[in-house]
Amino acid sequence: MTNNTVPFAIELRDISKRFGAVQANKDICLQVPAGTIHGIIGENGAGKSTLMSIIYGFYEADTGFIEVDGKRVDIRSSQDAIDAGIGMVHQHFMLVENFSVLENVVLGAEGGALLKGGLTAARVELQRLAKEYSLDIDVDAIVEELPVGLQQRVEILKALYRGARILILDEPTGVLTPQEADHLFRILKSLKEQGVTVLLITHKLREIMASTDNVSVMRQGEMVAHRETQHTNTQELAELMVGKKVRLTVNKDEAQPSDVFLSAKNLTQFDSQGVKRLKEVSLELRAGEILGIAGVSGNGQSELLNVLSGITPMSEGEIQFAGQTITAKAPKDAAQMRDLKMAHVPEDRHKMGLVTGFEAYEAAVLGYHNSASYNGKILMDHKAMLEECKVRMADWDVRPPNPHLKTANFSGGNQQKIVIAREVEQNPDVLLIGQPTRGVDIGAIENIHEQIVKLRDSGKAILLVSVELDEIMALSDRIIVMFDGAVVGELDAKDADERTLGLMMANAYNKEEQGVSA
Amino acid sequence: MSEAKVPAWVNIALIPFLNILLAFIVSGLVILAIGENPIEAAGYLVYGAFGYDEGIGYTLYYATNLIFTGLAVSVAFKGGLFNIGGEGQAYIGGLGVGLVCLALDHTMPLYIIAPLAIIGAAVFGAAWAYIPAYLQARRGSHIVITTIMFNFIASSLMVYLIVNWLKEDGRMAPNSRTFEENAWLPYLHELLSPLGIDIGDSPLNLAFIIALICCVFVWGLIWHTRWGYQLRTLGTNPTAARYAGIDTAKVTIWAMLISGGLAGFVGINEIMGVNHNLLLNFTAGYGFAGIAVSLMGRNHPIGIVLAAILFGALYQGGAELAFEIPTITPEIVVVIQGLVILFSGALEHMFKDRIEGFFIRRAVA
Amino acid sequence: MFETLILMLDATMRVSTPLIFAALAGLYSERAGIVDIGLEGKILGSAFAAAAGAAIFGSAWIGLCFGIMASISLAMIHGFACITHRGDHIVSGVAINTIVAGLTVTLSMDWFGMGGQTPTLSGDARFLSITLPFADALADVPVIGLIYSELLSGHNILVYLAFAMVPMTFWVVYKTRFGLRLRAVGENPHAVDTAGISVAFIRYRALIVCGILCGLAGAYLSTAHNAGFLKDMSAGKGYMALAALIFGKWRPVPVLFACLLFGFLDAVAVRMQGVVLPGIGEVPVQAIEVLPYVLTVLLLAGFIGKAVGPKAIGRPYVKERA
Repeated sequence: MTNNTVPFAIELRDISKRFGAVQANKDICLQVPAGTIHGIIGENGAGKSTLMSIIYGFYEADTGFIEVDGKRVDIRSSQDAIDAGIGMVHQHFMLVENFSVLENVVLGAEGGALLKGGLTAARVELQRLAKEYSLDIDVDAIVEELPVGLQQRVEILKALYRGARILILDEPTGVLTPQEADHLFRILKSLKEQGVTVLLITHKLREIMASTDNVSVMRQGEMVAHRETQHTNTQELAELMVGKKVRLTVNKDEAQPSDVFLSAKNLTQFDSQGVKRLKEVSLELRAGEILGIAGVSGNGQSELLNVLSGITPMSEGEIQFAGQTITAKAPKDAAQMRDLKMAHVPEDRHKMGLVTGFEAYEAAVLGYHNSASYNGKILMDHKAMLEECKVRMADWDVRPPNPHLKTANFSGGNQQKIVIAREVEQNPDVLLIGQPTRGVDIGAIENIHEQIVKLRDSGKAILLVSVELDEIMALSDRIIVMFDGAVVGELDAKDADERTLGLMMANAYNKEEQGVSA
Repeated sequence: MSEAKVPAWVNIALIPFLNILLAFIVSGLVILAIGENPIEAAGYLVYGAFGYDEGIGYTLYYATNLIFTGLAVSVAFKGGLFNIGGEGQAYIGGLGVGLVCLALDHTMPLYIIAPLAIIGAAVFGAAWAYIPAYLQARRGSHIVITTIMFNFIASSLMVYLIVNWLKEDGRMAPNSRTFEENAWLPYLHELLSPLGIDIGDSPLNLAFIIALICCVFVWGLIWHTRWGYQLRTLGTNPTAARYAGIDTAKVTIWAMLISGGLAGFVGINEIMGVNHNLLLNFTAGYGFAGIAVSLMGRNHPIGIVLAAILFGALYQGGAELAFEIPTITPEIVVVIQGLVILFSGALEHMFKDRIEGFFIRRAVA
Repeated sequence: MFETLILMLDATMRVSTPLIFAALAGLYSERAGIVDIGLEGKILGSAFAAAAGAAIFGSAWIGLCFGIMASISLAMIHGFACITHRGDHIVSGVAINTIVAGLTVTLSMDWFGMGGQTPTLSGDARFLSITLPFADALADVPVIGLIYSELLSGHNILVYLAFAMVPMTFWVVYKTRFGLRLRAVGENPHAVDTAGISVAFIRYRALIVCGILCGLAGAYLSTAHNAGFLKDMSAGKGYMALAALIFGKWRPVPVLFACLLFGFLDAVAVRMQGVVLPGIGEVPVQAIEVLPYVLTVLLLAGFIGKAVGPKAIGRPYVKERA
C-alpha cells in the first residue's frame, strides 16, 4: 500500500464472492485514483461483472470491504451505492422503455411524494448537466424511440443526476456503432476532466489502450495484474487475460473454393415492428471456403443467419440453394433447410441451440428429431439415439461422456461441442456457424477451430459469423463486413487488417478514403 | 452445474411429500380451529376412502375424473401452456357424450354408442379448446385469460342448451331425459361379479379403465414420440423449437386439442357412467382440481394417477367425514386441494431451493 | 322509455360497483407486474369476513374492516408466493380462489351453522342507501329530477366510493411517486432495483392496495348489495373484473367504462328475461350474459383494438447472476 496523501476514489480490499460451488471473485484488491479512467479487462466469465455488481450493491461480498474517498462504506443495496456517489451504466440498459427521459432520470430520486415538483426541478438540473458535460438530449422523448447511443446517454445522466462521482460502465460499447463508441469515449474524457472517476469494464483491448489511464486484468475470478496503460501493450494484456501465449492464427492451407453452394440476392427482412433489419444483402458461398461475416454485434448478422437457416422468413429477395429457389413467396422453414443439407450452429447455444432441460442424448438430435435414424414406425428410437450420442461424445471429447446428463450441467465448451458435433456430423453441404467460441475455454477453442477448417477442407461451404475480429481474421478465407443490416464491404482475408476492417465495421472506410483524396 | 448433485428421490419423492404434509398440517389447523380433533377427522377420512369396498370404489370413481383433467393440464403444460379451461372443456365434452347417447340410445347397442360417445367427448372437448389455442398460436392472445373466459361461455351455453332445447318436456328440473340402459357405461362391479369378484356397489365404471389407458397413451406420446419431443422442446425453449424447425403454432394447437379432448372424457365418466342424463354443473370443479393433480403429480402420468387417487380419497373421505362430524363440511376437501396447489405449485421454490441447496453443499463438502 | 333507461342505468351503477373496486384492485396489482387471478377469491373472502363481522358486531363498518383485513391477508399470501418465493402467479391465484371457496363454507358452517350462509343482516349491520339533499324535492322536475333522484341519489356509500376511486387511482398512478414506481416496476423491475428502490416492497404495497379494494368489493356484495353472505356469492365477479381490466387496457378511466359496460349488459340481461323483441323474438338471457367474456376474447384476439399489458407482468423478479 502506498502512503498517498490523496485517498483513492475507490478502493477494494480482499473482496471475495462465491455462488454455490463457483468462486466468482477471490481476494480482489483494487485502487482507483480519483479523476482517472480505470479499465478492468478480462474474458467472459472472469468475474468482472460480479465485481462491479458488488460495488453497486447488487450482491453483497462474502468477505472484504470497500472504501470510497478513504472511508469504509457498507454497500448492501444499490441505494447505499448511490448514496456513496457510485453510479452504474449496465450492459443492458436499466430503463423503463415507455417512460420519458425525464421520468427515467427521476425514478428513485423523485424528491417528494408527488411528482410535479420533482419533475420540474429535474428538468432544470438536467439542462445544467447536459450543458456541463455536453450530453444533449430531449428530456421529453420516450426512451424506446431513442437510438441506442442516446439511451446510454440517459443512463449516464441518471447516474450524474444522483450525484455520482464514480461511474461504472459495464461493456458499454457492445451495442454501439463505432461512431457512438467514439462519442462515448469523448464524454468519458470530459467527465474525467470534471473530476469524475470512471471504471470501464470491457473485454476489448483496443478500448483499454485508447481511453484508460490505468488497467487491471482479471482472470478466473482473480485480479492478476495492474498496469499503467502507457506502460503496457495489447499483446501483454492479452496474455495476462488468457494466462498463456495467445494463438491468433489457425494452421490452415490456402482455400480451394469451387462451386457456388449458396447464393443470396437482395435479402431483406423487416422485424415485427416494421424496422428493416436486413438491407438487400447479397452474397455467394462456395464449396471449400470459409466466408467470415464481420461487424459490430447487432448489425444484422443474427438476422442474416436466421433468414438463411429458415428460422425467420425473409421479406424480400431470394436464396439459391441445393437447386432450389427460395423467396418470400416460396419460403422454406428451418426443417426444410436442414433437409437440403444446411446445418446451423446458432450464436446463442442456451437460447437456441440446446434445450438445457433435456438430457444430452435428446439435445443431440434437436432439429434432426424427425430423421429416420432416430425413429421407429411410431415411437422414437431412444436406443439408437443413445448409442450415437456415446460415439460422438467419444469422438469430440465431450466431458463427462454421459449421455444422460442434463445439458445444463455441461460446461460451456462441452455444450458447444455437443451442438457443433450434432450439426457437423450430419455431413451438411453448408454450415452456418455463429460465435463458435463464445464462452468457450481456450483448449476447446483450438479444437473447434480445427474442426471448422477440417470441414472446409473436405469441400464444404462455411459461413462464419463472429464479433471477435481475431477469430474472423484467423479462420476466414474471404470476409464480408456488415453495418446497419447491409453489406458494406468485402475483401480477401489476405488483404484484411484490423484497421481496414475496423473502418469498414464503422462504415467509415470509403468516407476516410474520400477524405484523403479531397 | 449444481442440480446434478441432488439425488433424484429428493425431487420425485421428498419435496412432494413435504408439500402435501404441509397442506395437511394447515388443514389440520383449520379443523382444530373449528373445535374438532384433526387426528380423529383424518381417521374418518382414511376409513371413508379406503376402509371398505364401496369406499374404495367411490375413491376411484372420483379419481377417474381427476386423472382426465390432471392429464389434460399436464399435456398443455408440457408445451408451456397453462390450460385453466379444463372445466369448460369437460362441460362441453359432456355435451358431446350426451348428444350421442340421446340420439342413439333407442336404436343402437352399447358397443356402437360407447366408441361414438368417446369420440364425441374428445371432439367436443377439443373443439372448445381449439379457439383459445388458435388465438394463442396465431394471434398471441394470452391462453390463461381466454380459457377462463371460455369456462364462463361454456357455462352459459350449457344452461341455454339444456333449459331451452334438451330439457325433458313438462319437467322443471334442468336436465335431459334419462338415457336408455343400453347407453349406460357398465359399472365395474357389474363387470366383475360374473367373474366371482365382489367389489361392492359404487359408481366406479368402465371410464376408470379408459383413464388408465389414457395415462399410458399420454406417457408414450410425450416421452416416446416425435410429437412429444417437439412438445417438450416448445415447452422448455420456444426459441430452440423455432431453430429446430418445429411448427410451434401447430404443436401449440394440437397440444390444446389433446388437452381439451382429455378433459372432455370427464363427460364419459359422469354423463354416461353415472348420471345417465345430461345435467347442469356435473363438472363440479374437476377442471380446476386437475391443476392440483398435475402439479402434485409433477406432470407425469404415474404421479398423476397417484395424485388423482389421493384427491379422490379426499373427496370420498371428506363426504364420510362430513357425515361423521357434521360441523365439518365436505368443502374442507376443497381447502386441502387449494393448499396443495399453494404449496406444491405457487410455493414450490420455498422448500425446493433450500433442500437442493442442502444436498449441493453436502456434495461440495 | 326514459324512465326505463334511468332505472337500467341505476341498476348498472349497483352492479358495476364491485366490478369497479375489483378491476381497480387488479390495476394496482397488474401495473406492478403481478397477475391477479385471485381477485375472485379475495372478493369472496372479504364478502364472508364482512358479513360475519357485521353479524357478530352489528356494524357494517366493523364488517368492512374485517373484509378488508381478510382480503389483505389473501393478497399477502399471493405476495409471499409470487414476490418472495418467485412462484407462478396464475397457480398462486388459483390456489387462493380454491382455498377461499372451501374455507368460507367450512367456517360459516362452524360459526353460524346455516348451510354456508351468514345470518341476514339488517339495520346498522348493512350499508343503507343515502338520499342526497333535495332528492325528494327535485324528483318531480322533468328529466333532471329523475336523473338526480333515481340515478344519482339513493345509493349506499360504497357505490359513491367506488366511483370516487377512479379519479383517485388516476391521480395515484400518474401523479405520485408511488405511481411512477408502480408503473416502472411492472415494465422493467431491473430499472427500479438499480435505481436503489426495493422491487419487492413496491409490489407488496401494490398488493396491499389491491387487497383493500377487493375488500371493499366483497363487503359491498355481502353487506350492501345483499343482506348477508351466500356460498360462492362472488359468482365470477373477480374474473369479470379481470376481463374489464384487460378491456380497459390497464388504465383507470377506460377500466371504469368497461365495468359500466359489463354492468349495463347485466342490467339488460335481467330486463330482457322473457321479453319478446319484435322481429327477433326472445333473446336468450345467456347470450347477453356471455357478452363481456366474448368481447374480452375478441379484444385479446386483436379484432377490436389491441390489449398490451405491462411488459414484466407475470414474471418473477430475479436479480441476474453475472
